Amino acid sequence: MRFFLRKTMETESSVTGGYRRRFTGFLRKCMFSVLSMGPVPNHIAFIMDGNRRYAKKRNLQLGEGHRAGFASLMWILGYCYELGVKYVTIYAFSIDNFKRRPNEVQVLMDLMLEKIDELLKEESLVRQYGIQLYFIGNLKLLSDNVREAVERAMEITAKNNKLVLLICVPYTSTDEILHAVEESCQDKLDHSQAVKQTNGSTDHCNQTSQEDHEHDIKVVDIEKRMYMAAAPDLDILIRSSGETRLSNFLLYQSDKCQLYSPAALWPELGLWHFVWAVLSYQRSYSYFEKKRKQL
Amino acid sequence: MLSLRFPISVEKVPLNVNRSPCPSSKAQNLSCSSCSRSAWQRAFAGATGLAAREEDKEVNGRMALTGDLVKLEEPLPSGLRWELMPRHVAVIMDGSARWARRRGLPASSGHEAGVRSLKELVELCGKWGIRILTVFAFSSENWSRPKAEVEFLMGLFERVIEFELQNFSREGVRISTIGDSSRLPKSLQKLLNKAECSTKDNSRLHLVVAVSYSGKSDIAQACKSIAHRVRDGLIQLEDVDEELIEEELATSCCEFPCPDLLIRTSGELRLSNFLLWQLAYAELFFSEALWPDFGKAEFVEALRSFQQRLRRYGSRES
Repeated sequence: MRFFLRKTMETESSVTGGYRRRFTGFLRKCMFSVLSMGPVPNHIAFIMDGNRRYAKKRNLQLGEGHRAGFASLMWILGYCYELGVKYVTIYAFSIDNFKRRPNEVQVLMDLMLEKIDELLKEESLVRQYGIQLYFIGNLKLLSDNVREAVERAMEITAKNNKLVLLICVPYTSTDEILHAVEESCQDKLDHSQAVKQTNGSTDHCNQTSQEDHEHDIKVVDIEKRMYMAAAPDLDILIRSSGETRLSNFLLYQSDKCQLYSPAALWPELGLWHFVWAVLSYQRSYSYFEKKRKQL
Repeated sequence: MLSLRFPISVEKVPLNVNRSPCPSSKAQNLSCSSCSRSAWQRAFAGATGLAAREEDKEVNGRMALTGDLVKLEEPLPSGLRWELMPRHVAVIMDGSARWARRRGLPASSGHEAGVRSLKELVELCGKWGIRILTVFAFSSENWSRPKAEVEFLMGLFERVIEFELQNFSREGVRISTIGDSSRLPKSLQKLLNKAECSTKDNSRLHLVVAVSYSGKSDIAQACKSIAHRVRDGLIQLEDVDEELIEEELATSCCEFPCPDLLIRTSGELRLSNFLLWQLAYAELFFSEALWPDFGKAEFVEALRSFQQRLRRYGSRES
């Protein structure tokens, strides 16, 4: 992890720059050692808001704002995994975002393709540190080339098991719940069909009602079909840019998690915001544990 | 020559810019379909202190002067604009026990003080034209609190509702409850039913009280109900959509089930299993004040913050 973070920092040829990098890295290591003495969140999610405003603020093209956002994401992922957070979920693209101008949607899809390729390269964070990629959402809404790239990335990283990165694209929580209900219903319908075909006609009525009871749709059936079933309970949800709303992200999973909405735009989100989020989580941790034990 | 001039400028500002669509709503809430009529209404409102309400012609006997203008019972504090008022406000009333602890009082005193805050909030919402107020009175997780505290709270709910029932009718407040009422004492269940029946025709303010409620369970029971209807052949699988799920949620008793603004007091930054689906696009406001200290000033601060926010629903400004 230290190797990756050193590699991705901007190269400075001066001796001063080298010392500063080592000192910053040392400070960060100390800080994370202290944080690690308390409870470390297992799963953090990010709503990466503010790339466009960042580009406007710095008179950049729209695409440059999103690129700066990706660079910020790599830093934040590095902090997460260095601290010991095992699961990170990011809201890369909402189904609602399809309402944006077509050229912006295309810019985002092209950027996604480019960055998926980058993530799978030998020297990337994913390869070096064994990160499994999950693309969470209604993948049928993606164009063929993006969907193929996404499926390929999941296949290539399927055997990685140290850390997990869940990328929500294109996703909304309500679509996730709807999909889970549809899948549960379809499975039960298929099962009922199979039972009716294999059972004899004379025993059909008695067995159908018994089978129905045994295979009644339960909440756990629906939950296991949610896209996010691959991840444990959410500990912290961070939204950048100061907006305090969920925008249809992880509604079902955020019932008990800590919320944090720093004013910084996503490309400006840094180490101190991350540390503050973890400290807030640790402050509330004893309360959460008490509640869990009472239940 | 006399000329008719509006006392304030007539601008084409879309109405309903700050109202939450429910997640299933297909159209964006940025329509400007009746701009010119709305602009006239706003001009008239500005001049006369009246506010336009598109849906209602009559509010509990208070007939509008022109048919669709209703007098605001109390002028809004400065800085608040009536056309940006949320339609549905939800509140997580947190901090009563802590308030009592800080004063060396028993938790029961905190809860009683909390009732006073609730009464004030109900009054303000009614006066300022907020249509629905949903309050998180008791969560399904709260059953694990000490038995004495739970019993006190159940008793408090009964006393307050019994006492306020006549006031609700007089003030045009409709009361509904959401949550697993089967766990409540029988006497409270009976009283809540009576309150819901006797106030069902009131329309000034809809007060929704979440008791023994869990947002996750709400979603789960809605999904299960739909799944059973599909299994039993009552609906087709292809007909299942987000709108159908919403109709099965406990909040389907409300005209506008999705809050525009959620307020949580006491400084804690979490949802605590409240509403969840319905909060998809709600603006969240976290107040540092403990619930018994949450009054008019704190509510105005929350409303001001709400009115300053730009709600994009995933798209961009043009």
